[in-house]
Amino acid sequence: MTAAFSDKVDIELTVNGEPVEGRVPAGQHLVDFLRQTLGLTGAHASCEHGVCGACTLRVDGQAVRGCLMLAAQADGAEVWTVEGLTEQGSSRDLQQAFVARNALQCGFCTPGMIVAAEDLLARGGVPSRAEIREHLSGNYCRCTGYEAIVDAVEDVAQARAGKGTA
Amino acid sequence: MSIAFGNPDRPNSYIGKTVPRPNAEKLVQGRGRYVDDITLPRMVHVAFVRSQLAHARITGIDTEAAKAVKGVLRVFTGPDLAEVCTPWVGVLAHLKGLKSPPQHALAVDRACWVGEPVVAVVATTRAAAEEAATLVEVDYDPLPAVTDTMTALDPDTPLIHPDLGDNLAFQRLHEEGDVDAALAEAHKVVSARFRTARHTGVTLEPRSILVDWNPAEGQMTAWHATQAPHMMQTVLATHLDIPESRVRVICGDVGGSYGIKVHVYPDEVATAAIARVMARPVKFIADRLESFTSDIHARDHEIEARIAVAEDGKILAIDVDDWTGIGPYSVYPRTSAIEGNQVVNLCGGPYDFANYRAQTTVVFQNKAPTCQYRAVGHPIAVAITEGLVDMAAAAIGMDPVEIRRRNMYADDAYPVTSPAKMRFEGLSHHASMNKLMEMIDYDALRADQAEARKQGKHRGIGIASFIELTNPSPFMYGIGGARISAQDGCTVRMDPDGSVVALSGVTEQGQGTEAMLSQVVAEGVGVTPDKVRVITGDTQVTPYGGGTWASRGAGIGGEAALQAARALRESILAVAASMLQADAGKLDIRAGQVVDADSGEERMPLEELGRIVYFRGDTLPKDLPRELVQTRHFITMDYPFAFTNGVQASYLEVDTDTGVVTLLKHWCVEDCGRVINPQLVDEQIRGGIVQGLGGALYEEIHYDEDGQLLNGSMADYLVPMAGEMPDMQIGHVETPTGESELGAKGAGEAGTAGAPAAVMNAINDALRPMGAQVTEMPFTPERILRALGKIDD
Repeated sequence: MTAAFSDKVDIELTVNGEPVEGRVPAGQHLVDFLRQTLGLTGAHASCEHGVCGACTLRVDGQAVRGCLMLAAQADGAEVWTVEGLTEQGSSRDLQQAFVARNALQCGFCTPGMIVAAEDLLARGGVPSRAEIREHLSGNYCRCTGYEAIVDAVEDVAQARAGKGTA
Repeated sequence: MSIAFGNPDRPNSYIGKTVPRPNAEKLVQGRGRYVDDITLPRMVHVAFVRSQLAHARITGIDTEAAKAVKGVLRVFTGPDLAEVCTPWVGVLAHLKGLKSPPQHALAVDRACWVGEPVVAVVATTRAAAEEAATLVEVDYDPLPAVTDTMTALDPDTPLIHPDLGDNLAFQRLHEEGDVDAALAEAHKVVSARFRTARHTGVTLEPRSILVDWNPAEGQMTAWHATQAPHMMQTVLATHLDIPESRVRVICGDVGGSYGIKVHVYPDEVATAAIARVMARPVKFIADRLESFTSDIHARDHEIEARIAVAEDGKILAIDVDDWTGIGPYSVYPRTSAIEGNQVVNLCGGPYDFANYRAQTTVVFQNKAPTCQYRAVGHPIAVAITEGLVDMAAAAIGMDPVEIRRRNMYADDAYPVTSPAKMRFEGLSHHASMNKLMEMIDYDALRADQAEARKQGKHRGIGIASFIELTNPSPFMYGIGGARISAQDGCTVRMDPDGSVVALSGVTEQGQGTEAMLSQVVAEGVGVTPDKVRVITGDTQVTPYGGGTWASRGAGIGGEAALQAARALRESILAVAASMLQADAGKLDIRAGQVVDADSGEERMPLEELGRIVYFRGDTLPKDLPRELVQTRHFITMDYPFAFTNGVQASYLEVDTDTGVVTLLKHWCVEDCGRVINPQLVDEQIRGGIVQGLGGALYEEIHYDEDGQLLNGSMADYLVPMAGEMPDMQIGHVETPTGESELGAKGAGEAGTAGAPAAVMNAINDALRPMGAQVTEMPFTPERILRALGKIDD
């Protein structure tokens, strides 16, 4: 392997607010780096071709598929996973709403669903149920039938909007 | 003392209430522990080389290039693993005539479907194993592929397994009454051809197993995403020649099952065999693309059916000819004949009629094996039955609700035995239909439909009544010789701090099993649900049980938990009576306190009782029993199955220019007996409905005539997304089973059972004025446009 085609890449990034360094295989996906190297197993690899959304992460403020982005591409990035959102407490109300409404069953899609829902909620206002459904259509859930998830996101949107105007 | 379920204000009244799931919080925080989250010291990864041909003789395998990949440790072929792992045969004695050839962990000599595992590559990383797997060269001599179900038995169709003599796996004919005479004399006979598409479960967590063999202890431990840990313990022990007591199966968090994870898969057994050989932990996590070719498929049925009705709408006869192709092997150990058998058992289920004939013909094919998937056989039987009933109603000009009311078993008719020889203890078809009519406001909905029609919008209302088989007894598998427990057990103990631990043989895949158990045990003992810690999914720890399938968790596992909890309550009260010099019969336990039963006066907290029993037992009478632990098992005895019933309605709009169906709303009334946790039951039904809607509108595995799978990715195989799904209103009628004190039947499959038929009937209701009808699922835009005559090429 020549230097020009090194199969390892050095990266420095911020994950959940903590600085992280790594030497990663060039072909390694970001979700695999987080899960296997950092032990952050909250984001799940499910379809591994960018369809199901179980690996959804927040990278530089955007909801991103962890199975489509290479770890090497995350050099210099700010990455948040469900573990970080939990510790930070910023999604506490959404997580509580998911539990209260039983908006999860097996829970495998849930971390990605939380990140995707936060991406919508961050836009502010109270989205319609149709808008919530549309926004979450990149995140598959095989257990719930989605209605409870829509309910939970709608409840939180209303509560956050209520706080904003109070 | 029995529980006064009729009194919602009774003490400890947790059964029947929505209480939070104890395991939900960790899952929303991303702190679940699924198999792929587990890393063990010296762990290696296995990837499989799978057959790319539907049917081929294996003439040579070259593994040299694969072995040269950095990180690769071992490569195993079929003959290699056959030395340490015996083959299995997926037959059951009570399914008379069912045959299937021996199946190996890795194909030996011959591959029989695209996706069959042929070679296993073990490496230090999954990436290295996968890379090396692509470098294994397998030489194949192609054999003719059998891919069409309906011609599988034709004389000129090649035999998949020449030793078996034909391509017939199983056939069953059931006849009751005189169908031919009824057809000949009927006012109207309506016939139709139905098709349900081959589909698969698409669990978000792919199939996953991590197996360690510790030769120093002589013990195998398998962390397995499974619904039936004890069954897998037996299977691994049997085929790897390990004493059953030396196999431990641990089932932690499981990312969705729906029946997919209750079967024995060759690649998973191969993983265990490799662990046995290498004496170190081996992990297999299915890649999504191999999931599509190696997870079981289901529902690939073609049916010709007829219904005969009298002038007044009474059903005179139903005649069903069902065919299904199951792949090259009957899946072990539950077999692939059950689905067809269920179609025979369930057609006509809600209706009181006399003449019934049904035959299922189950044939081998060179496609992925099919087996039990959520609501096994029900969506097919309900589509046939409810499709025919609607067509008959249209033929005699009767309202679809009215024809059902004229034929459903009266609510006071039970117990009854159906023409399919199914025994119903107690169902509520009329009460459920009445409730549904209130919920949907049928007349207003019909008015809306008529109004829409005037504006050129084609809306339809579809009704589907159904029965659901739950709480299976050994009549499902045990009598056929399978070591699959229909009984389940629960051990309940009180610890020194007054908290309660419940260990159960049923498992959790997200349904809320642990919440259900916590509230049953809480009520049974007399503590709050948060004081109950539930442990499931460990064969070395929990009582022996069947796990979670066929909607048995609450009805069987819940009753065992209730009886164990009640027994523990008696044990606690016996000790309390001695300590308090009181009559045990006059004491009760409420919210963790021993109280005077009449006045409710608090006498002693459980932690004080625990302190005395565990640390100052010397102060208790010498002969006082002080075991604060009780185990009970439960098995149904009076009926082979506890049938439930329900009825669904779909309201939708068909765009006759594009063929697109928009679901407007969906309703379900379900009678699953005693509802233990209303929210969890409703969510099981909603989730089940959406899986049924997937089958009705989107899900279809496509194979070409050579047996190549054409749409094996999540981008190509469509499953329901949030944006397409309707809101669903759920209602209940409660007819508890008398077999248990708890009275609970299953609820996990009702949604899936009825939803496809409701949608089919709604689409046909919308299309009927145009003379069009669809009966082939999924109801894609193309099929709808063809039915409308708008595509004819």
